[in-house]
Amino acid sequence: MSWLFEPGWWANGTVRTALLVGFVVAVVSAIVGVFTVLRGQSFAGHALTDVATAGGAGAFLVGLAPLAGFIGGGVAGAGAMDAIGVQRVKGRDIATGVVLGAAMGLAALFLFLAARDSSATGTTQLILFGSIFTVGPSTLAQVSWLSAGVLVALAAIARPLLLSSLSVELAVARGVRVRWVGLVFMILLAVAVGMSAIVIGAILSTALLIGPPASALRVARRFAVGVVLAVVLGVVATWLGVLFAYDSYYWFPSHRGLPVSFFVVAVVLVEYVIASVVHRAAPSPSVAAGWS
Amino acid sequence: MFASFMTNAWLSGTVVALLAGAVGFFVVVRGASFAAHAIPNGAFAGAAGAYLVGMNPLVGLVSFALLSALGIGVTSRRVRNDVATALSLVAMLALGAAFLSASLIYEPTINALLFGEILGVSSAQLWPVLVLGALSVLALGWLYRPLVYTSVAPELARARGVNATLVDVLFLAVVALATALTVPVVGALLTFSLMIGPPAAARVLVARPGLAIALSVALSVLTVWVSIAASYTFNLPIGFFVGVLGASLYLAARVFARRRVSDSVTYRA
Amino acid sequence: MTSQLHEASQPLLEVRGATVNIDGRDILRDVNFSINHGEFTGLIGSNGAGKTTLFRVILGLQRQVTGSVLVHGEPITRANRSIGYVPQKVLFDPDLPIRARDLVALGADGHRYGLSRRPRALHAAVDEMLDAVDAGSFADRRVGGLSGGEQQRVLVAHALISRPELLLLDEPLANLDPGSVEEIIALLHRVSQRQRVAILLSAHEMNPLLPVMDRVVYVANGHVASGTTDEVVRPSVLSALYGHHVDVLRVHGRVLVVATALPVGPAPSDQHPEFVVE
Repeated sequence: MSWLFEPGWWANGTVRTALLVGFVVAVVSAIVGVFTVLRGQSFAGHALTDVATAGGAGAFLVGLAPLAGFIGGGVAGAGAMDAIGVQRVKGRDIATGVVLGAAMGLAALFLFLAARDSSATGTTQLILFGSIFTVGPSTLAQVSWLSAGVLVALAAIARPLLLSSLSVELAVARGVRVRWVGLVFMILLAVAVGMSAIVIGAILSTALLIGPPASALRVARRFAVGVVLAVVLGVVATWLGVLFAYDSYYWFPSHRGLPVSFFVVAVVLVEYVIASVVHRAAPSPSVAAGWS
Repeated sequence: MFASFMTNAWLSGTVVALLAGAVGFFVVVRGASFAAHAIPNGAFAGAAGAYLVGMNPLVGLVSFALLSALGIGVTSRRVRNDVATALSLVAMLALGAAFLSASLIYEPTINALLFGEILGVSSAQLWPVLVLGALSVLALGWLYRPLVYTSVAPELARARGVNATLVDVLFLAVVALATALTVPVVGALLTFSLMIGPPAAARVLVARPGLAIALSVALSVLTVWVSIAASYTFNLPIGFFVGVLGASLYLAARVFARRRVSDSVTYRA
Repeated sequence: MTSQLHEASQPLLEVRGATVNIDGRDILRDVNFSINHGEFTGLIGSNGAGKTTLFRVILGLQRQVTGSVLVHGEPITRANRSIGYVPQKVLFDPDLPIRARDLVALGADGHRYGLSRRPRALHAAVDEMLDAVDAGSFADRRVGGLSGGEQQRVLVAHALISRPELLLLDEPLANLDPGSVEEIIALLHRVSQRQRVAILLSAHEMNPLLPVMDRVVYVANGHVASGTTDEVVRPSVLSALYGHHVDVLRVHGRVLVVATALPVGPAPSDQHPEFVVE
């Protein structure tokens, strides 16, 4: 197995933390992501990573904990999108776009100020692209607690959320307060995304939120199976990505490894292609039948 | 502010604004904001790749922007549109991250690509902006009616013989072209802001399509001019002003339109 | 009531043996009927009977279709200028900066690439069509802000502007209040006579159409029967169509199609009606 696991893999504390954080984030992203894909809110899910990034940059600037900035920024963004009108399907796109545009402006300002006022280099890349290898054990604990909170809250609203994702009319008829359920979900999405954006970066955050759930929904016939499959696909992609990134350090004589995000996204895309092939080979009345 | 070294900034900024205002109108009307966000990010990856192999960044910008547009246009025929866009986006960004880590680009260069550096536009950079800008506007004019038709009522357009998929892919290609030249000027992140805020505002203010496009272009130019002036005066990144002004324009237009509607309702009653 | 202008023996539209099979299921089976110039035809059938599919066949938008559809004796092509189409429901974004008159104009040139000035004649034609459907008063309002009935009229004007010989209307009476139903039927009848256009209108309820309908095309179970109302709306014809016994009751100038749940056979005369098909 030494060809697969380069030296030091098993003894490396950074790697172990990376695998653990990756696991937690992949699980939460997959579960939240299944609802995001079903509800057609991929754009919002992605935009919130950038909005959270602006929050993180702002927190960095004023010396607050970055995690608080990321999550605060994300939740504020989710609230703004809801206020502008994410409920109407046609309005959603614009609401998300306007909030995203404003957040990018703020991010530009904060990053500029942060770069001007501190001697630290690489701030931009670190905040934008993140790195799973820079996560400390204390962050791991915080992330785990937050994740548990998100999952418990999601479980509490899961049934009405699923119903209102499939048909707003049906949900209203059953007495579901669609608007509130939608808003609570947006806030949970913002927390999940903000958290994953800081530990694994904006790219991976979107990749893990949309990729594995989209693949799972293509092949799964039952919703619960879809959720489990999404989790498995997400965790596999993350772990393989970390492994390849670690190994890639030894691939080139220059010892310049390739980023984790590159490998995770590559695995996510391969999974998606396989799921599409399976889906086409056996067209089934899958969960996503009406959605694809 | 109007010193000679600023000439290029004003010129290129104006061209970019004209273009973003016009293209953005259709982005907003077609609900293609996500694609308009993803394509500049693809362009960013292309620029990073071009640096890596030592090519002209503009080549990387154009080719990757077109590639993203094609990826979104073609895959969204099979998959839900937003999922296709998200997957194309992360694929491009991951490539960009790989290119960045493999090459030795200074952080200021990355920041310029992401956030734009309008004050640093050289005369050599100006020509491609003008040519590509003119090309995009021409393409948009040529597509105009089928584009409006498929935006308003795709089913009717199809029954009338319009190839809606083709129109969609061609439109995304125009977005890509426009993106490729706005990125070096206002940056990958802010190209997007300019394409959403002013057109979204114009759309709710006037009812005629031609007038709405004109207003969108005017608001976009205004946004850029104010941003350049403010950026120069306060020595802050232009992207900040573009982003915040665009969103404010939209919110102001919304409030104004709502008040007008409630006025007309009471008037009729 | 065939138009006197076209006395050619050839019908305007002829559907011959059209079958639509999707995923192994016949949506329409061996459909035959024809429409003559200037006729007002009602396409009657309950929801899901295959009316919209039949429209898609006539428009050339439906795949998996066998048999033939002829217009003027020629096989149909997509985007046939002689056929205008008014879909059941178009969702317009209320913020869309498109006025009613802009939508109508797109019906004439929305498929053309290039940026040429719209000829003066087109503007005149747009006004004419808007007047023909009594839409002049809201011609300059956003199409997304109009009521359902108003949008319906604008869509009719949009279809008429390319001067079609046949107008297809998919359930234009659904979701309208009874007063508007009579109004729009009268309007369509007037339009069909003034513009000399044949009309094929789908509905699940035939009674409002009885005064204006020249012919009826009745769809049930993927099968079709066509002819004048008296020829089609009879127990024997409809029973064969539905595959079980059907009675036709005429009360106060209205027609009620009443079905029993028994399979076709010698109809027991004392059978009570169990449910109403329409």
